[in-house]
Amino acid sequence: MLAFIIRRLAQSLFVMFFVAMVAFLMFNYVGDPVHQMVGIDTSFEEREALREHLGLNDPALVQFMRFIGHAMQGEFGLSYQHKRPVADLFRERLPATLELSFVAALLALVVGVPMGVYTGLNRNGFISKLFMTFSLIGISLPTFLIGILLIFIFAVILGWLPSFGRGEVVTVGVWTTGLLTQSGLKALIMPSVTLGLFQLTLIMRLVRSEMLEVLRTDYIKFARARGLSNRAVNFGHALKNTLVPVITITGLQIGSIIAFAIITETVFQWPGMGLMFLQAIHNVDIPIMSAYLLLVAFFFVVINLIVDMLYYVVDPRLRIDLGKANGH
Amino acid sequence: MWWIRACGSIWEKPMDTEKLSPRKGWRIAATMRRLADSDIFYSFCHSPVTVIAALVTLLIFTSALTASWIAPQNPFDLASLDLMDSHIPPAWEDEGDKRYLLGTDDQGRDILSTILYGSRISLMVGFLSVIFSMVLGVSLGIISGYAGGLIDVFIMRIAEIQISFPAILIALLVDGVLRTLLPDAHSAQLAIIVLVFSIGVSGWVQYARTVRSSAMVEKNKEYVQAARVIGIHPVLIMTRHILPNVMGPVLVIATIHLAVAIITEATLSFLGVGVPPTQPSLGTLIRIGNDFLFSGEWWITIFPSAALAILVLAVNLLGDWLRDALNPKLR
Repeated sequence: MLAFIIRRLAQSLFVMFFVAMVAFLMFNYVGDPVHQMVGIDTSFEEREALREHLGLNDPALVQFMRFIGHAMQGEFGLSYQHKRPVADLFRERLPATLELSFVAALLALVVGVPMGVYTGLNRNGFISKLFMTFSLIGISLPTFLIGILLIFIFAVILGWLPSFGRGEVVTVGVWTTGLLTQSGLKALIMPSVTLGLFQLTLIMRLVRSEMLEVLRTDYIKFARARGLSNRAVNFGHALKNTLVPVITITGLQIGSIIAFAIITETVFQWPGMGLMFLQAIHNVDIPIMSAYLLLVAFFFVVINLIVDMLYYVVDPRLRIDLGKANGH
Repeated sequence: MWWIRACGSIWEKPMDTEKLSPRKGWRIAATMRRLADSDIFYSFCHSPVTVIAALVTLLIFTSALTASWIAPQNPFDLASLDLMDSHIPPAWEDEGDKRYLLGTDDQGRDILSTILYGSRISLMVGFLSVIFSMVLGVSLGIISGYAGGLIDVFIMRIAEIQISFPAILIALLVDGVLRTLLPDAHSAQLAIIVLVFSIGVSGWVQYARTVRSSAMVEKNKEYVQAARVIGIHPVLIMTRHILPNVMGPVLVIATIHLAVAIITEATLSFLGVGVPPTQPSLGTLIRIGNDFLFSGEWWITIFPSAALAILVLAVNLLGDWLRDALNPKLR
């Protein structure tokens, strides 16, 4: 177990190192940082002085080390466009994105797993077919289209829900939350459905196919032969054994929820990191772009690590194999 | 149902292909017959959803290809546009105009025509990115599987890192960086090339992984050993001997990838970093129309959205079917 954790940690560090390198290359060689910071009337000498002052004339390796050092302290310089420290901007916008992603992921799990179990158990029922058709649509429709359709129906035609923004937010310590006000909750409904729908359908289809596979196995037949109740067989035996792939996919999907939040936040003008990142792309705001890249990479690496650890918690067979096969 | 009957009539009369004259016409007929006798054709005919999906895909492809002939208007020919005709609702609404079946947008462009031209751009970008991904992924996969060693480790590490990020994020990032590096990236043609490159780069890993594992199997088979013994150059072995034998699964991935590529293109265009409005794809059209949604002019955005959804759904259904039909486990 320990060897495994160490190996996974080393791998994660390698990934972070690689991403940091990409972010650094972007930071330093895409566009000219000095050019972005000064006005047109700055003289050549002043520019050179600023360049020297910022350490842009140092060897690339020195600069890279300094970049990593700063990044570890959450220091990414000033945003070209907002003229404010990037770290502050992210601190302001992180709660909005995390709240949205969390609610979307929760929605996908809480609705997706029962739907998957149901369609797996009654595979030919009418409702199952309905769910499957619905899931096909969920997989085929791009995120932004779902958002537009929801806005069209619930904001334009019916006028029930707000079409943009976070509603009223409450500040709790360093965290701003929209979960405590009515308008905040109302504003959260459409974005979280938009963001979670794809994951919901994915989880549902996954649970369904896993259930179908598990229900065919001998130990389920044996459990039925023993006269166990349907509930015990379906949930105690079958569902439990579908959990490993579900955990993997859910874990990986949390990462893509954060990425897809870019699209949802743009559609609903949700004031999160994704929207800021997209605006940064439009305005060539490299510090925000590279900071976002590193932050998202960090999230992904941590999530992947947790998912890998969870395997060992969920599946006892792996723990035994590990002892024998030395980490494979 | 007529198609099952049609398939059945072919199905019932198997012909001995061996006895056919080797003339060219006969040979084509024999190939057709073999196709009609195949499992794949059988499973195709017995899945009504797939037949409908195939017809819809065919319809969209042909109408996109022939857009310049069948579209009522050329939406990019400024001379044919009339600002007096802008903001007209679809023909069946009270204020509709018969000339514009699905209405017009803010510049007086016929929505139906923009959809036809737009789906042409969407499909073009989709196909080009899939081909780019496929060429990149298959070559890297074969090299990785055949060469092994350090090269393999290197390529697969990069693949591993890339696969832990969603493709859309990679495409967005590559697109953003390229737009910064290329000063005139806003010109239509360059934007399309940048887009194809970003979507293509974001999708190669799946091809590479699949091809690599098949190449590792093929590498140890006798025909490859024999080729190596008689001194054929490794590049030739990879392209002429291994490549044909690993292409099967690649085609399935490519079909499903086409739907993903079309969605990615539409998403990037919707976010405003894809195809510029001068040569709009479906995604650009939806983005433009989205601004008019709140003023009640729903047709400008809803019709392109529907076109995109139908296209992606049809391609997805075809891909799903192909995957199941080619999977021997499910037969």
